[in-house]
Amino acid sequence: MNRRWYIFILKNLIRIVLLTVCISIVTFALMKASPIDPLQANVGQAALGSMSQEQKEKLEEYWGVNTPPVQQYLSWAGDFVRGDMGTSLLYRQPVTKVIAVKLSNSLMLLAIAWILSGILGFALGVISGMNRGRLADKLIKGYCLIISSTPAFWLALLLLMIFSVWLHIFPIGLSVPIGVEASGVTLADRIYHAVLPALTLSITGVSNIALHTREKMIDIMESDYVLFARMRGEKGWRLFRYYGFRNVLLPAVTLQFASISEIFGGSVLVEQVFSYPGLGQAAVAAGLGSDLPLLMAITIVSALIVFGGNLTANILYGLIDPRIRRGGAEK
Amino acid sequence: MRQEEREPVLKIENMSIVFTQYDRGMHQTELPVIRNLDVEVYAGEMVAVVGSSGSGKSLLAHGVMGVLPYNASMGGRITYCREELTGKRMEKIRGKEIVMVPQSTAFLNPLMKIGPQIRKGRKDEESRKKLRDIFRRYELKEEVEKLYPFELSGGMNRRILISTAMIEKPKLVIADEPTPGLDLKVAKRAMEHFRELADMGAGVLVITHDLELALEVADRIVVFYAGTTIEEASVQDFEKEETLRHPYTKALWRAMPKHGFQYIPGTQPYVKNLPKGCPFAPRCSQCTGECSKEIPYRTVREGKVRCIYAE
Repeated sequence: MNRRWYIFILKNLIRIVLLTVCISIVTFALMKASPIDPLQANVGQAALGSMSQEQKEKLEEYWGVNTPPVQQYLSWAGDFVRGDMGTSLLYRQPVTKVIAVKLSNSLMLLAIAWILSGILGFALGVISGMNRGRLADKLIKGYCLIISSTPAFWLALLLLMIFSVWLHIFPIGLSVPIGVEASGVTLADRIYHAVLPALTLSITGVSNIALHTREKMIDIMESDYVLFARMRGEKGWRLFRYYGFRNVLLPAVTLQFASISEIFGGSVLVEQVFSYPGLGQAAVAAGLGSDLPLLMAITIVSALIVFGGNLTANILYGLIDPRIRRGGAEK
Repeated sequence: MRQEEREPVLKIENMSIVFTQYDRGMHQTELPVIRNLDVEVYAGEMVAVVGSSGSGKSLLAHGVMGVLPYNASMGGRITYCREELTGKRMEKIRGKEIVMVPQSTAFLNPLMKIGPQIRKGRKDEESRKKLRDIFRRYELKEEVEKLYPFELSGGMNRRILISTAMIEKPKLVIADEPTPGLDLKVAKRAMEHFRELADMGAGVLVITHDLELALEVADRIVVFYAGTTIEEASVQDFEKEETLRHPYTKALWRAMPKHGFQYIPGTQPYVKNLPKGCPFAPRCSQCTGECSKEIPYRTVREGKVRCIYAE
């Protein structure tokens, strides 16, 4: 048993390292291949024109325009391995600090959206799958298909228009009220500002989870063991509780943790629409502003969070499923 | 004979099962998987429905239990204890008076322990005691209750599956292919378990492809060919070829190892291209033009046969 755990941990450590290396290389290469000129993007054409050659050279050095890419990557990697993620060129602060602030802003948003879409998606998927072909199923399926073909940013704009512009129920953007000192911001303020973006992420997240859960539920309802349970007179709530729920829970766990990546990805666009100063918005700013150290760090942190989600699902699977738990322990 | 004295527990008359399928786009076709199926089962009796694979045997069980897939429809009449077995009535007695024993442990919930699964989640002392008695009877250890289906050994499987029937008080037991892939000794033992259920007073309907095994334990044999019952004979009728009635049954008899292993050419027709009238006609040496007409199921020498030339 112990040995199995050592191998498991070792395997995943190797995976994390490989993942980080690959992601950083790809991100770096994409950044270098992007047509954005850091000087023009950050200083502006007009300001650049009025600068002396000396000033320009200084700026070019700051943004690393003339350093060979390989050397640049290696020096970044060397620092990264030593735990130094560098300084953000845009925020002029250590990258770790920027990420800490942005992540803590986003975390509440992501957590609300993740839990809400997980629970709602699971419930809708189960109801739909258990009632396949009936009205409830058709309504849920229709809703999910419409939502999953709706772009998240468009939905965000729509909600913004309805609830903020027309109805004045929710703020139009940002994560805290305007004109209030940082110390004066209450938790209620933060939640109030997070509602709309979290709602957008939840609504779009629900459809995916619900449709997947529905498929799994249908598979289970058509399985031999449910057929036999029905022949033994099991139906309704008991059939769901002992046969449907237990068996759909396993794929649901995987789905829930795999959905972290989608919520994360969705937050990039949604935060942009709501001017929500989270990790997603910082990623966009870093990308458009050629802030290489920040973008590299955000990409890697996101990848690690997603990796962590999948890893958690794997571990939970082993704990929940007796075929893995007991089957493994025997050998 | 007891057939005349008592009413059958289960009487299936003229059952048909049709599947509606889409082939090539929106074109609907109907697959008559079962037509003209007649079976009777009396209390304390074991009847074996014997047919080769692909003859639609398993659907017979699903049809009686009322769990056919949504694209299947059933015709004919099923009578249970003198009254017609409607869907509503079946809902009430399914799993209590009428139980089915499936083919394999794939029909057990993989995430539910054996004990609670057989008891259907009941926790009262009575059902616990009953299960312990059943386990003792089948020489299963009490620890087996705490195992999951995947942890069962091959030898336990059959006994676990039949325990699901024993825990109820069934008047009718339907066993679907209870001996697939088992070696002769285990298969025989499995069949004997069903015989015991019949001896305890239940009507037992065994659906199987194994004629030899069925002959050892059953009282009557119903021969099933291409979705149709073509003969009903007592086990004694199988002692000699002459006492059998239908040419296909006779061919089956000759194909048994102890009777010379002879086979007849051809295969069972697929439901889509069934011949009119007798489904066995294309392979039958006695076949005439009359065989393509409607063939009645008639009584011949205390058995039944669907052949106009049987006597």
